[in-house]
Amino acid sequence: MNEQRNHIVKSYDEEQQVLLDELIRMGQMSVAQLDAALDVVERRDDKAAERVIGNDEAIDALEQQVNHDVIRLIRRGPLAGDLRVILAALRVASDIERIGDLAANIAKRSMALNLTPPLPHTRGLDALGRLAARQVREVLEAYVQRDGDAALRVRANDADLDTLYTGLFRELLTYMMEDARAITPCTHLLFMAKNLERIGDHATNIAENVWFLIHGEELMPPRDKRDESSTTVV
Amino acid sequence: MTDLHLSVAPARDQFLPLAPPVKVSARDLNFWYDKFHAVKDIQLDIPEKRVTALIGPSGCGKSTLLRVFNRIYALYPKQEAKGQVLLDGENILDAKYPMNRLRSKVGMVFQKPVPFPMTIYENVAYGIRHHERLNRTDMDARVEHALRQAALWDEVKDKLKDSGLSLSGGQQQRLCIARAVALRPDVLLLDEPTSALDPISTSRIEQLVEELKQEFTIMIVTHNMQQAARVSDYTAFMYLGDLVEHGPTEQIFSNPAKQETEDYITGRFG
Repeated sequence: MNEQRNHIVKSYDEEQQVLLDELIRMGQMSVAQLDAALDVVERRDDKAAERVIGNDEAIDALEQQVNHDVIRLIRRGPLAGDLRVILAALRVASDIERIGDLAANIAKRSMALNLTPPLPHTRGLDALGRLAARQVREVLEAYVQRDGDAALRVRANDADLDTLYTGLFRELLTYMMEDARAITPCTHLLFMAKNLERIGDHATNIAENVWFLIHGEELMPPRDKRDESSTTVV
Repeated sequence: MTDLHLSVAPARDQFLPLAPPVKVSARDLNFWYDKFHAVKDIQLDIPEKRVTALIGPSGCGKSTLLRVFNRIYALYPKQEAKGQVLLDGENILDAKYPMNRLRSKVGMVFQKPVPFPMTIYENVAYGIRHHERLNRTDMDARVEHALRQAALWDEVKDKLKDSGLSLSGGQQQRLCIARAVALRPDVLLLDEPTSALDPISTSRIEQLVEELKQEFTIMIVTHNMQQAARVSDYTAFMYLGDLVEHGPTEQIFSNPAKQETEDYITGRFG
């Protein structure tokens, strides 16, 4: 696929570029939201948490705009690479929107955490969060650059995120067993950790769409999955 | 409790055998308009009872290729084909292959509807008379069947004695299809059959193509990429007389192998 070549109809290229720009902006906003959410957990800052929650609307609005622009492009009757651009854009936008929701939810739960005394356990969450944010950054870069190898790497790295998540899951269960007063904050932390693990899954989805954008329906190589939390007992 | 699975029809593709038998094959096919080499070393297999679309920019040789498949070029001087076109294994380019037989086996419909200046009935009956002697009842039945196959019967059954030219453009084109299928050919060649028609008439022809492929092997030349993507099972992309890419339509229009194909079908050509 050679995207350097322009369409004969110039407005086609312009409309396609508008769509890609919107997706890039959505992606940047979701990463910023995720960073901010992790930051408010660390700083126990309710005001900042509220800002993160409020900002999510802007990502939702951009997704609406992407949907609208996709419909406009479909009216042109896109085929082959153009068709894949549109299909991938629609799916990637939906994954980014979910990443934004999950980040906002982390900010929301941080406000509940702030009602209890500070816990040392948020450190594990922060490491998980940094890795999830890196995954999202790298996959968005792979999407913009149309880099299939980079997408494959992101997909493979999701296993690290899963391992980290399973470890944190065990850790939090242990705290809860040791001290019943930790149950409320640890439950919130569990959900926050799950959100971060889900963000990793959305990054993986995006990676798969980068692959689709480049290779069509050709299958990606298999990968290992290491989220064992659904079968974990302590 | 109802078994939901029973009510779900299998996907259309599940019915398609992996490799349908080949009906027509071009082998080392070359064509010249005097000194102009219009079609170059074409190797192409056309699967039986499937629709194969020929696409490519004007002058790429797709209509020429279609014209070779029923030797219509032989009517013109200084036009020459070399190589083979095998219809059921027999080379139709061989001078010994009877033209009458070829014309009854390979029907053609052109870009502009060209009904004969005679009644609707006679338009269909004319070709049949050329090849067969039928009594009145049998002829009526054949004409009706052909008009039904062309999805035109209900619109013309009460005015079979009217002139073919009194019909609308879309109806005239279906009359031409009826005229072609009346001879019970094996292969139908459609050269841009909807380019002169409005969207409704175009849809009717496309629906017709879908029905006709149950019985005929169809090749369609079209400049409308969406149409090729909609109606065909296989697509061949030609450029400057060469066959650039040929494969299942689904693949050609979602992820073509060649850059030239991608550029052409996405409107990036030239």
